[in-house]
Amino acid sequence: MHTKRIIPCLDVKDGRVVKGINFLGLKEVGDPVELARQYYEQGADELVFLDITATNEKRETMRELVEAVAKEIFIPFTVGGGIRSLDDIRKLLLAGADKVSLNSAAVYDPQLIRAGADKFGSQCIVLAIDAKKRSNSGWNVYTQGGQKDSGLDLIEWVKEGQRLGAGEILLTSMDADGTQQGYDLEMLQAVQKVARVPLIASGGCGSLDDFKAVFLADAADAALAASLFHYGKLTVKEVKNALAEAGIAVRKSL
Amino acid sequence: MIAVIDYGMGNLRSVENALKKLNADYMITADKEQILAADKIILPGVGAFGDCMRNLRENGLIEVLNTAVLDQKKLFLGICLGMQVLFESSEEGALTQGLGYLKGKVVKMQDTSVKIPHIGWNRLELCGQDVITSLIDDEAYVYYVHSYYASEIDEKDLLAYSNYGTMRLCGLIRHENIIGVQFHPEKSGETGLKILKYFVEEQI
Repeated sequence: MHTKRIIPCLDVKDGRVVKGINFLGLKEVGDPVELARQYYEQGADELVFLDITATNEKRETMRELVEAVAKEIFIPFTVGGGIRSLDDIRKLLLAGADKVSLNSAAVYDPQLIRAGADKFGSQCIVLAIDAKKRSNSGWNVYTQGGQKDSGLDLIEWVKEGQRLGAGEILLTSMDADGTQQGYDLEMLQAVQKVARVPLIASGGCGSLDDFKAVFLADAADAALAASLFHYGKLTVKEVKNALAEAGIAVRKSL
Repeated sequence: MIAVIDYGMGNLRSVENALKKLNADYMITADKEQILAADKIILPGVGAFGDCMRNLRENGLIEVLNTAVLDQKKLFLGICLGMQVLFESSEEGALTQGLGYLKGKVVKMQDTSVKIPHIGWNRLELCGQDVITSLIDDEAYVYYVHSYYASEIDEKDLLAYSNYGTMRLCGLIRHENIIGVQFHPEKSGETGLKILKYFVEEQI
């Protein structure tokens, strides 16, 4: 019985976990190593760690923090933010990350996806996409932490990313992110139709019902959330129990 | 001492972190003498079957493994691709011969009802009697990442499997001193750590 994954995300800035609303207004919420350990103990299926300021400020992702987190958790660990080269990927994998997520750099240099998949395996390469609804229909891909419209169409970019070797897609809805009003089901379902690799839903989750809705609609293989876990609104265990009661296959929490 | 074989097939850091957590006495090595002197061997591996066999051959490790595993009967754990190479052959890329320690062939997943590769947590269905399975909870889940799986295995060797679509995937297999896991115990939470702990502490 293959299960749906619950993935807490740690947005990290200057070594602290932060969370903003609609990509702005960042607020500090805690120590990444401590939060990672708590999530692991609560039964998180995977952890994502995003250095959200790395692209803008041209900083290297905090490798030491990755090392410290990797020693505490024995579940898959994905790291992203500011990764621009094969060497950046190698350093993070050596520090203990199992996967890296590529976002802006993949848009500017799609061959980085292929080079990373060839060198380290597709299972290491997560294509992270920030997308926003167009005024007519469909969605555009944004870069630079959601500041810049790349002009790329979301569906075309997902197809291209898979063709180049991305092993998973982590899709954040900029319209839903930070609102806690639910995942962007319309966008996720549109992508799920063309997704041959696992699709991770991100942005907008604010309640148990939101987790249930995304899985009952078969709009994603995994659901990522940040704020509601950081602020203690829900624990991973509560989410899993609620999903199990709704008949959705999840890995039983410890 | 556990020898974790480093032969250029993927990142060993996660395995190392788990062994450290368990206070295991281990070394990461590709050295023949060190492998032959070790009590136990872990063969990790991520990547393609053909590359894996070629790297083993080019590092002169096939004979070393034959001696250590078949003659000296050292306790052996193959993880993911490190399990797949234990079988007779794989159809990944061109048909490639494996180490042949276990009966079975590695074949590509063919099931249009599910996404391939099989990525994520799947329930482990226990089916064999062994010390290892006695340590695993009835409802246990493990983390998989793979597109190929072992078929035509000796059913007596199978200790646990997972269902995916219409496929029954060989998850945990054992023949005497040789243990193979298709999933990643180092990434499978407390269940994975229990399996590794057994390997670290078992005396044979």
